[in-house]
Amino acid sequence: MKSLKAETHELSKPHVQLDIINNHNDRIKSLSKFEDKLDGIGLFPLRPTGIEIFQMNVGYMCNMTCKHCHVDAGPDRQEIMSKETFEYCLKALRSSDIQTVDLTGGAPEMNPHFRWFVGEVSKLGKQVIVRSNLTILTTNKFSDLPEFFKEHEVEVTCSLPFYSRSRTDRQRGEGTYDKSIVALKRLNEIGYGKKDTGLKLNLVYNPVGAFLPGDQEEIKQEFKKELKRKHDIEFNDLFTITNLPISRFLNFLLMSGNLEDYMEKLVESFNPSAAMGVMCRNTISVGWDGSLYDCDFNQMLEMETHQDSVQHICDFDLDKLNNREILVNQHCFGCTAGAGSSCGGATT
Amino acid sequence: MDKSYYIKDDLKKFGDITDFQEKLGKKFFEYYGEVFEEGALSKREKALIALAVAHTVQCPYCIDAYTTDSLENGASEEQMMEAVHVSAAIRGGSSLVHGVQMMNKVKDVSM
Repeated sequence: MKSLKAETHELSKPHVQLDIINNHNDRIKSLSKFEDKLDGIGLFPLRPTGIEIFQMNVGYMCNMTCKHCHVDAGPDRQEIMSKETFEYCLKALRSSDIQTVDLTGGAPEMNPHFRWFVGEVSKLGKQVIVRSNLTILTTNKFSDLPEFFKEHEVEVTCSLPFYSRSRTDRQRGEGTYDKSIVALKRLNEIGYGKKDTGLKLNLVYNPVGAFLPGDQEEIKQEFKKELKRKHDIEFNDLFTITNLPISRFLNFLLMSGNLEDYMEKLVESFNPSAAMGVMCRNTISVGWDGSLYDCDFNQMLEMETHQDSVQHICDFDLDKLNNREILVNQHCFGCTAGAGSSCGGATT
Repeated sequence: MDKSYYIKDDLKKFGDITDFQEKLGKKFFEYYGEVFEEGALSKREKALIALAVAHTVQCPYCIDAYTTDSLENGASEEQMMEAVHVSAAIRGGSSLVHGVQMMNKVKDVSM
């Protein structure tokens, strides 16, 4: 499977995606606007509560091509963060008291500067989270990474959409589930996900289809029970993440005829409490080329931070960023539906 | 106007039953909402029970709604199909257990 970009698919263009979720047909046009919903609860314009998480997308290259991927990542993607941009990120981190550095991709491990950068951040005494697809840890080149993660006390947050092979493989490709289990067992073996080791292993659940995630705690308990029963696997936390209607998931919604029902469900499920806690209020997202965004989803839609704030990591200014206006659009309903959704799971 | 008896979009209008009888409708929905809250049973278990009952009463609205609800609450396809089999077993069993009544009647009237 190729990326939408490699196929020169129309949906690889951010303006086409935004047009679809705003104007696709009369049903889509008739939906409430996200700005108006925020305005109705006194949250517009949306502003940060203070940046606590420095999220870096270090490249769109990935060894997988998942059907729901909002990044449209894959082996054919060439965008990758340079060492110069990593240096700018280090400079920004040294100058601020931001404690959490969240590394995502693509497969962040595939960036050639990944290990060096984790080591540098570790020296600063900051917490590193790596968002791993798990299967990368079963390849020869990266099979020693679990020990590297342990050495630097990296928090490993990994994708596992379901505890069954069929549902996981439908979304992430044939053979994914079995490889993921191998990787999770390896992480468990060296202490990840085990009591009193301090080595955190978290799972990310996202629905395999056009429906919302249910109660995070209940799903976590079900995963814990089933993964223990089937594979003797343990983990710390589970984060439920709603699929946002962009990129490949948007393509799925269109192809399966689910776009209108899904968008209506997101809008109907708008939760003011979830809106209060959206992740863009405490996160800054750095793109592979150093551009700044309010979140990883805005990054994929090429919606850079507000022009009155700073827009590139080389101009990093925490005060300006903490006082910026956050850019929103209809995809944001994905983060405010039901119990809310963020890279750290439900927000209520 | 769709001529079929079951119209998919009517499920979204379920709440409109209060238009003709507000007091009873409101009481029903209040009760309904509370039934599906987590209690001694989890939301997932309740969704699976509802899915099984939906198949027993053969309500297409309920089947749509509780298939989605089961998925959202983390049920697997295997669990959902087992719930439908529970429904089928009870339906089949309820017919067959009446076979005893038939047998009794046969005995009553036979020489």
